[in-house]
Amino acid sequence: MSEMPQKTAEMPESTTEPTTVPDPLDEAAIGVAVQNALAAIAAATTLDELKAARLAHSGEKSPLSLANRVIGGLAKEFKAAAGKIMGASRGRVAKALAARTEVLEAEDAARILVEETVDVTAAPRRRQAGARHPLSTLQDRVCDIFVGMGWEIAEGPELESEWFNFDALNFKPDHPAREMQDTFFVEPPEAHLLLRTHTSPVQVRSLLERELPVYVLCPGKVFRTDELDATHTPVFHQFEGLAIDKKLSMADLRGTLEHFARQMFGEEASIRLRPNFFPFTEPSAELDIWHPGAKGGPRWIEWGGCGMVNPNVLRAAGIDPDEYSGFAFGMGIERTLMFRNEVGDMHDMIEGDVRFSEHFGMEI
Amino acid sequence: MRIPLTWLREYAQVPAGATAEDVMTDLVKVGFEEEDVHRPLDQISGPIVVGQVLTLEKEPQSNGKTINWCTVRVVPEGAAQTLDIDGIDPSGVQGIVCGAHNFVVGDKVVVTLPGAVLPGDFRITPRNTYGHVSAGMIASVRELGIGDDHDGILVLSTLGLDPELGTDALALLGLDDEAAEINVTPDRGYAFSIRGVAREYAHATDSVFTDPASLVSVTASTGAGQAVAIDDAAPIYGKPGCDRFVARTVRGINAAAPTPPWMSSRLRLAGIRSISLPVDISNYVMLELGQPLHFYDAEKVAGQIVVRRAAAGETLETLDGKVRKLDAEDLLITDASGPIGIAGVMGGASTEVSSGTSTVLIEAAHFEEVSIARSRRRHKLPSEASKRFERGVDVAVADVAAQRAVNLLVELAGGTEETTSTDVATFAAPAPVFLPSGFTSARIGIDFSQAQIIGSLSDLGADVEKVDGGYAVTGPTWRYDLVTKEDLTEEVARLVGYDLIPATLPTAPPGRGYSRTQQQRRRVVQALADSGLTEILAYPFVSKTSNDTFGVAEAGAVRAAVKLANPLSEEFGFLRTSILPGLIEIAKRNHSRGFHDVALFESGLVFLPGKTFGTLSIPPLGVRPSEDVLDALYDGIPYQPLTMAAIFTGKDSPAAPGHTPRHWDWADALDAARLVADVVGVELVVSQGSHQAFHPGRAAVLSLRNGDVVGYAGELHPKLLAELNMPARSVAMEINAEMVFAAAADVIVAKHISTFPVATQDVALVVPVEVPAQAVLETLREGAGELLEDVALFDEYQGAGIPEGSKSLAFGLRFRAADRTLTADEASAARAAAVELAAERFGATQR
Repeated sequence: MSEMPQKTAEMPESTTEPTTVPDPLDEAAIGVAVQNALAAIAAATTLDELKAARLAHSGEKSPLSLANRVIGGLAKEFKAAAGKIMGASRGRVAKALAARTEVLEAEDAARILVEETVDVTAAPRRRQAGARHPLSTLQDRVCDIFVGMGWEIAEGPELESEWFNFDALNFKPDHPAREMQDTFFVEPPEAHLLLRTHTSPVQVRSLLERELPVYVLCPGKVFRTDELDATHTPVFHQFEGLAIDKKLSMADLRGTLEHFARQMFGEEASIRLRPNFFPFTEPSAELDIWHPGAKGGPRWIEWGGCGMVNPNVLRAAGIDPDEYSGFAFGMGIERTLMFRNEVGDMHDMIEGDVRFSEHFGMEI
Repeated sequence: MRIPLTWLREYAQVPAGATAEDVMTDLVKVGFEEEDVHRPLDQISGPIVVGQVLTLEKEPQSNGKTINWCTVRVVPEGAAQTLDIDGIDPSGVQGIVCGAHNFVVGDKVVVTLPGAVLPGDFRITPRNTYGHVSAGMIASVRELGIGDDHDGILVLSTLGLDPELGTDALALLGLDDEAAEINVTPDRGYAFSIRGVAREYAHATDSVFTDPASLVSVTASTGAGQAVAIDDAAPIYGKPGCDRFVARTVRGINAAAPTPPWMSSRLRLAGIRSISLPVDISNYVMLELGQPLHFYDAEKVAGQIVVRRAAAGETLETLDGKVRKLDAEDLLITDASGPIGIAGVMGGASTEVSSGTSTVLIEAAHFEEVSIARSRRRHKLPSEASKRFERGVDVAVADVAAQRAVNLLVELAGGTEETTSTDVATFAAPAPVFLPSGFTSARIGIDFSQAQIIGSLSDLGADVEKVDGGYAVTGPTWRYDLVTKEDLTEEVARLVGYDLIPATLPTAPPGRGYSRTQQQRRRVVQALADSGLTEILAYPFVSKTSNDTFGVAEAGAVRAAVKLANPLSEEFGFLRTSILPGLIEIAKRNHSRGFHDVALFESGLVFLPGKTFGTLSIPPLGVRPSEDVLDALYDGIPYQPLTMAAIFTGKDSPAAPGHTPRHWDWADALDAARLVADVVGVELVVSQGSHQAFHPGRAAVLSLRNGDVVGYAGELHPKLLAELNMPARSVAMEINAEMVFAAAADVIVAKHISTFPVATQDVALVVPVEVPAQAVLETLREGAGELLEDVALFDEYQGAGIPEGSKSLAFGLRFRAADRTLTADEASAARAAAVELAAERFGATQR
């Protein structure tokens, strides 16, 4: 009894005929065949071995299948008993096969996953994001803050009429303040065109083109005839704010600048105003910011200019200065980037070295 | 403006221990920015004392030179040396070797003793030289840092000095003084004087100011002095070029007398070199009172002085020896001989004061700002005088300044004052400005008291009168900037203190957010960056060649471009008409730094001048121009469309395990251009193009549906790349973003999505190579009719099996009906119709 199952289990399924067909009514013989089958299934360690065990013990020519076939020819009174024995026996084998299949398939899947392991640290960058220039990212950031306050963004041409750049802003002809702007003029001079020296001409355009009250921020490129060095560049960027409404005061200017400064530099930031002169504002002030995160410790940093819009600027746009008043301010984006992000040299901002922009990526 | 502290102290209460830095900290509060500190003691330190040469032995040397072996007493006769420093002789007499020969026994000189440090970190120690121990140095002005003359040592008698031996020479020569340098804004001409700054210092520190003008009493009677007439036939802006001319005469001066050290040291600290006593006096008075003066040698002035505009063809040799052609707008000082000076700018050579001058004629005049500014610019003659006149000089101080100069010439040059003087004055007194009550408080946001308003304005020197509804404020004669109520408001706020202004946040009316264009631009720029390109910002200055190459498609055509009148570099003297030249420069810079694989883009304006260019005149300030004038101003601004461009060189990514990088090619450039349009929902029509900057076979011209060309994309011309020293096969695109943005639909209408099954069919067509794939695709679309949902080119093939001169294009066609399931026959019929039209148009045959 102990030899047979071993022998049966080891028999190649397709090539050899089973030596004996067990009697379906012989419970002991059928039990041996079942035991042989279960042992073979349990012994299979791969799906291929399991397949061999299945063919040998539940395939068409397996002892159990052959015994099952015998039932058809049995006398009527034996059929039920034989059917019961065979059904239970084949059920046990099928169940064992299914269970073993599940185990081996799971093992196989796990093995494949292990085999498929890669070194993720050696991954190539197939789709690399590029980078925004930090000056334009910073400009966007500034605009977002003011748009959030309900202001709008106004823009204008870089090649501008002298009237918009100077006269409309109350720069008197021949006044030293005009020369101090170090203007790029274009030929012929009779055309009175120049590269705008500040974004202030957009203020006048806004007043001419928009309905009052006006709250606009004017960002953009401006030009001065400075040679490039560590702190100067002939082409740079500014943002200017202009608010014209009824009854605006210098306190409103300070409040607006303070709010903006805190958005940019944190709640500890504050601003300081010092008297200064600009043709387009009266009173005028120099704007310092208390920068809590400044390199080398918190300190006051010169940030820009501001003041109450000179009535002559309002008159140039046909606005009655006795009815409306307002304030304006302007800062350099390069300068802001320099002290906010610790850029040490202007060359880095203008040379276009990809390392500079890529270091910032899409952020600022 | 540089302010020597000893000078400031004469008129303002500067605390004894205050430094230049302290003074600047105070002045910044009233609006003067800090510039610099000038302090000789940072460079020079004692012991440096007055000594007297006791003995002098000339000792010829083997090298041909003769040195002087001197003994010098450096303490008073009979006194003992109190300094205990190695090398300083307790006897008070030093042995010193000196190479200069311009002094004799008995001369008083400046001795730098061992332990002293001279400018340039020159440390004095006893040293063995020419067989002696030389314990110190007899100093020259150059060694002391007070002059350029290094011919000889400083003999104090030449400065008119006879100090006691052992006197501290640093104090004697004013080297212990220091100056604060501040920036004066162009509206405040009065602050280009010690007088003006001392007044502001008093405002800043709430201390007492003594007006130096009040310390001078004008003694001469007017009437019989030098004859002067003002005759301005062509005032600028209707303002006479001269409205006051004071002339004073001093006789019998010694023009060669030395300038005392107290004066020359102050001038030096103020940044003005000592020239001669008369010149120094005129500069000194100008710095003190802000009134530029001119001194004439009275004996060289012929007859009446007339202030007038220049006549045609007149010339003048100015003090600097140059003969200048005068302009009809130049305001001149003339005498019977013709021009003797350009008013307020520079005097003439013929009447110059020399060391032999005995009688000086002093001019203290008031000239109009614009006239001076224009002459100064025209003749390129910036001077201390013109700087002040352009910014406004106190018209009332002219006679005081002239008197101050007279007094100094009498005191220092031994002259005699002529008691009669000339004062031609046509100026008007300042008009009062009405400052309504409450205006200042409303504008600043501080509730100012009446006392604060009146007090602040009175402190400035204004005359304030309380009138109905406000104040009548008459500004002082030196404040030309106080003409509106806003000007007065600033002064009140400034003197009360900007720090007291509170912060309130005004509420803007509901805004509309970013405009459509602003949103489009931001999304496109972000998309380009997201797609792997790096944004750069190049200067818009380019060469003519660059514009003629990149700015215009046809070779040999000239690109109309804007030329700068004053470029930083002549080579890059034009404004860009294309973004590409700047991108190429920056790509090359990256290459030179070891980055060969780059993808760069820029979004910016280009400058495309059209038919109208500017305006011949510009309207005046302070008034809204008429609509016609405004229209002309707007029309005169050249077209400056927002343009985007990209350049790609090298490979698309770094090599990595399992990843082979791809060389950028023309399709990448085209993709970037398409991205610009895709992001804003605009269809870009691509066709075979021709542009001189691009490869003739690999350039796409980009258009809108309406046919407007908006840009180019493809491979740059190999020859051009070689000329530019750029890598071969670099590709680029440029697109007028403004036109693309404008073509975007306001509203995108939804498409019906059919859920009936799809029928897909492929077709391969053989056509002549020159037929564009896009044309075949469009034809298939047209021929297939409305059942066609989409068609795409998925393969192109030339070679075996295809006739020479032909190519095979493989298209995938996707059919679907909106209302039913298509039968295979329906799809095939539509496909056949499509192929038939392609055959008809291009002779296409199915492969």
